[in-house]
Amino acid sequence: MTLDKLPPFTICCTRITAVGTRPMDQILTLAGQNLLSPVILCFVLGLAAALARSDLTFPEAIAKGMSLYLLFSIGFKGGASVAEHGADLRLGLAVLVGVVLSLILPFVAYALLRGLSRGISATDAAAVAGHYGSISIVTFVAISSLLQARGISIEGYMVAVAAAMEAPAIVSALWLATRSGGGGKITPDLWHEILLNGSIVLLLGAFIIGWITGERGLAEIAPLIVTPFKGVLCLFLLDMGIVAGRGLRNARGIITPGVLAFGVLMPLVGATFGALAGLALGLSVGGLAVMMALTASASYIAVPAAMRVALPRANPALYLTLALAITFPFNLTLGIPLFMALASTLAGG
Amino acid sequence: MKMHAAKRVEIMVEAVMENQITRSLTAAGVTGFTILPVLGGSGRSGQWTREGSVSRASGMIAVVCLIAPQRLDHLLETLFPVLNDHIGVVSVTDTQILRAERF
Repeated sequence: MTLDKLPPFTICCTRITAVGTRPMDQILTLAGQNLLSPVILCFVLGLAAALARSDLTFPEAIAKGMSLYLLFSIGFKGGASVAEHGADLRLGLAVLVGVVLSLILPFVAYALLRGLSRGISATDAAAVAGHYGSISIVTFVAISSLLQARGISIEGYMVAVAAAMEAPAIVSALWLATRSGGGGKITPDLWHEILLNGSIVLLLGAFIIGWITGERGLAEIAPLIVTPFKGVLCLFLLDMGIVAGRGLRNARGIITPGVLAFGVLMPLVGATFGALAGLALGLSVGGLAVMMALTASASYIAVPAAMRVALPRANPALYLTLALAITFPFNLTLGIPLFMALASTLAGG
Repeated sequence: MKMHAAKRVEIMVEAVMENQITRSLTAAGVTGFTILPVLGGSGRSGQWTREGSVSRASGMIAVVCLIAPQRLDHLLETLFPVLNDHIGVVSVTDTQILRAERF
């Protein structure tokens, strides 16, 4: 077999190995290719436009519509993939591991943040920790799309893992806040916010529909959920770039060196946990990269809303800026290529 | 035409609190209210806009109701525990209404 007949990602890895290039060069090559993809360039455009104070903006309804589309599409495709390949014990194990990671990571994040930024209150640290135990579904969508573009498949059930990792971190965060006297009771309203959050309902619902209807169902609606997917993702990331840029513009006084260091270091710490868990589960290269991206990411849809209900005294500007304006761009530009390179090294055989 | 004195209560609060607020209003006997989306604004945390926002965490709503003056204290006492720690503003304005029996 010649190198040119291998799928794109394999070509990249094989050539690098063949010439004896160092892993750092591999990461930089992937980072360069990643940065020049339309998805990332759209995010950069939005970020630059917001920082330059352009009036470019998406109406709230369109942003929410695109988010619903992406959640439905990724959930359905994940379910269809499970239907095609069959569900086994690994699905249940992966979901269980995801839940455990989501419960544990807030404790790590809490300790790291309080260690790096001593002036931060226990309530603020607990709220931030909840975000880093949960996941960013957009980061999940972005890495899935980039892996797919390189011909690397992921386990379909990773969608269910992502959905399962959304909420447990909230419970850990509230326990941390309660222990430090910062409040954080789990009320029926909060349970409602956590379990019936629209993004989780749609993601899981679409996953189940995809699982039930399988490849036949996917083929029926492919013109809607497959073909336009990447274009919608580009527009959505353009919007995310605008929101992140706006957050950065207003971040003066919030982002101290310690907080900034946390926003960059915590994804790497989380990814290490994800890598260990993924290797223990025996995930494929794609699955491992996705698991690392999930544990490296921070929620900015489900958890912020839950924290506003449960921990109203925590500063929303701090956790939204950290999750959206620091960690998300870091993961999108540098984190994802790093996770993909490490996954191919660790699980590539 | 005869007008009647009334109070206009405007509650500017985080969008995530919508259910709790409307439940408190109902518990206080206020069954007529209007919920309006807030486009953006500025407060102690700086400027914000709802444009481009996906999460409900950063959005605000305005809940407006008109009530008879004698019911105001009970309404505010019911609302206070719900609103106390949350971002927002409650304002009360003297106003006049046409059909007093409805409030």
